[in-house]
Amino acid sequence: MYKILKAQNLASNIFLMDVEAKRVASAAQPGQFVIVKIDEKGERIPLTICDYDREKGTVTIVVQTIGASTVRMQKLKAGDSFRDFVGPLGKPSEFINEDPDSLKRKKILFVGGGLGTAPVYPQVKWLHEHGIDADVIVGAKTKDLVILEDEMEKVAGNLYITTDDGSYKRKGMVTEVIKDLVEKGNKYDVCVAIGPMIMMKFVCLLTKELGIPTIVSMNPIMVDGTGMCGACRLIVGDEVKFACVDGPEFDGHLVDFDQAMKRQNLYKTEEGRAMLREQEGDTHHGGCGSC
Amino acid sequence: MDVMKKVPVREQDPKVRATNFDEVCLGYNKEEAMEEASRCLNCKNAQCVKACPVSIDIPGFISKVKDGDFEEAGYVIGESSSLPAICGRVCPQESQCEGKCIRGIKGEAVSIGKLERFVADYARENGIKPKKCETSNGRKVAVIGSGPAGLTCAGDLAKMGYDVTIFEALHEPGGVLVYGIPEFRLPKEDVVKKEIENVMSLGVKIETNVVIGKSVTIDELMDNEGFEAVFIGSGAGLPRFMGIPGETASGVYSANEYLTRSNLMKAFRDDYDTPINPGKKVAVVGGGNVAMDAARTALRLGADVHIVYRRSEEELPARVEEVHHAKEEGIVFDLLTNPTEILVDENGWVCGMKCIRMELGEPDESGRRSPVEIPGSEFTIDVDTVIMSLGTSPNPLISSTTEGLETNRRKCIVASEEDGKTSKEGVFAGGDAVTGAATVILAMGAGKAAAKGIDEYLRNK
Repeated sequence: MYKILKAQNLASNIFLMDVEAKRVASAAQPGQFVIVKIDEKGERIPLTICDYDREKGTVTIVVQTIGASTVRMQKLKAGDSFRDFVGPLGKPSEFINEDPDSLKRKKILFVGGGLGTAPVYPQVKWLHEHGIDADVIVGAKTKDLVILEDEMEKVAGNLYITTDDGSYKRKGMVTEVIKDLVEKGNKYDVCVAIGPMIMMKFVCLLTKELGIPTIVSMNPIMVDGTGMCGACRLIVGDEVKFACVDGPEFDGHLVDFDQAMKRQNLYKTEEGRAMLREQEGDTHHGGCGSC
Repeated sequence: MDVMKKVPVREQDPKVRATNFDEVCLGYNKEEAMEEASRCLNCKNAQCVKACPVSIDIPGFISKVKDGDFEEAGYVIGESSSLPAICGRVCPQESQCEGKCIRGIKGEAVSIGKLERFVADYARENGIKPKKCETSNGRKVAVIGSGPAGLTCAGDLAKMGYDVTIFEALHEPGGVLVYGIPEFRLPKEDVVKKEIENVMSLGVKIETNVVIGKSVTIDELMDNEGFEAVFIGSGAGLPRFMGIPGETASGVYSANEYLTRSNLMKAFRDDYDTPINPGKKVAVVGGGNVAMDAARTALRLGADVHIVYRRSEEELPARVEEVHHAKEEGIVFDLLTNPTEILVDENGWVCGMKCIRMELGEPDESGRRSPVEIPGSEFTIDVDTVIMSLGTSPNPLISSTTEGLETNRRKCIVASEEDGKTSKEGVFAGGDAVTGAATVILAMGAGKAAAKGIDEYLRNK
């Protein structure tokens, strides 16, 4: 069992948890993820690692409610436990193995969209701890969905926040911020974009035009997370890759986002149905499409 | 009774079992087992024992069954095997012990597998536990993977007095016994779980949710956690795909994914959260045991199922019994047929599969006649789900994170067949991780050999 030491809502449908998992905490690196299972009957849910504390042996996860299991997860409190918590999975971000001097000369731009802000955070923090300040753009639908602002402020070089509806800071999409920054004369050697598939697609279309190499982090459907099931296969360049072991980070200019988005819809109906059953319990009658 | 024939074993009616996940074979009762045991000739130079990868004293345990001493029969098997209830169900006996049975020359071989199963089930139902080693030597050995190879190696080492910890990447121990082989062939709760508990009752510890190479490396286990030797039994978990157009469409699964969702994650039960799209018209590509398992699972989830295989019935790599069961249940075999493209609709879903007819040509390196396409014979079959069951290869997670561990061009770990020794000191390996996908019992044989090898290594260290 893996004890939850802290549980906190960041927005109505986004929450943060510190979980005791010594092996994961001691091995985790930026860019990696975990798989969490609430109890015997829950699903295996891949979640990005937001932070880790090697001394305390804890891992911080940030979760958005999207299916039956994540809705149940949000009801857990500090002191409760997960049955399973496995990781760290996937390859760490490539820059952690780069030569420190050449890395220091690079100008890196991070783009976090919505929940994608969470996996961006440990990367920016790692760079900050190694004396590199990166620029960060955080985008969200609306003010309430902007997460980890204070934390990011402490580790980022410049932090730019934008909301789709203009309810907080700047109004507009992250791509407009990127355009502005480049137009103002900022030169970036690399861009790391993590967020909804559609956001990553449009960031990549823009950065390709601007000539900025771009890394994205893919979070497709997964079961085991160790290369066993192949559910997470993606088309990258001309090759089929498994996000769990070959990624989750890939060259964004090579990822076939349209194909990936179609695959993402695979379980939408089933999961949606399970979520409705969960939320409405015995009062559930109709509307889910299966009754 | 006709001594030339096996005592028939009771099975669930095909029509009934096609709609449930309960076990197909019901096994012998006491009387049937004793009657079948009386057919054994108790050969002095028993060929069956030589054909058993773990060398069970087969005439020895069968003579105890004949006498009605089922408990003692269990101990005789226990000297050689830690997983008899599993082996009695999934071993290919027809090509091993039963294939060499002298009775089989003129009539039918003794039903050794069904007798082993009976003895193991009797022990479990009557609470008989394996005998534990009384004195621990306190030396720590790590076993990676809790499938048949790992469980056997761990059980044997524990019997010798070693302090053994198994590391399992998934959330349940059992490996392929849990994620791969379906409930209707190998019940999880009653058989697999109980047999794993027996191994644990020997003193073996199991730590789940540890991915070796990610959570911790082999070097760290040996340098920081005090393990003096390591056995790698991590299996062959990486699925193969064909590389044809349309393979990344929604509705195309690896057999591993389809079976894992149903077996390990229990998607077939309504009380679990796991989603599965069972499909209405399913094509399973491949002809091995895993293909049969996937096909029969899809059938039970309500689909109309075809097996698509590029050679003829004779070359099907699956066990004869599995093919027979699949046919009885209503699975259609499209033989000498090979897919060339998966057709995809505008939403990215499978809407058909283009195939081509094949004929058999000259034998290839495997000795089987190789299939050759018949030009102009393309046709389309109407399917909404395709399950690729083309075999698996070992996962490179461990070999790529362990320095000095040699692998071959197929990514298999190089290890001695005799004692499991690898190129790295103190590290042993066996099972599918070494051979590529094979059988449960061959993996057990390798686990057994490695346990001996580890004992020898540690005694001389």
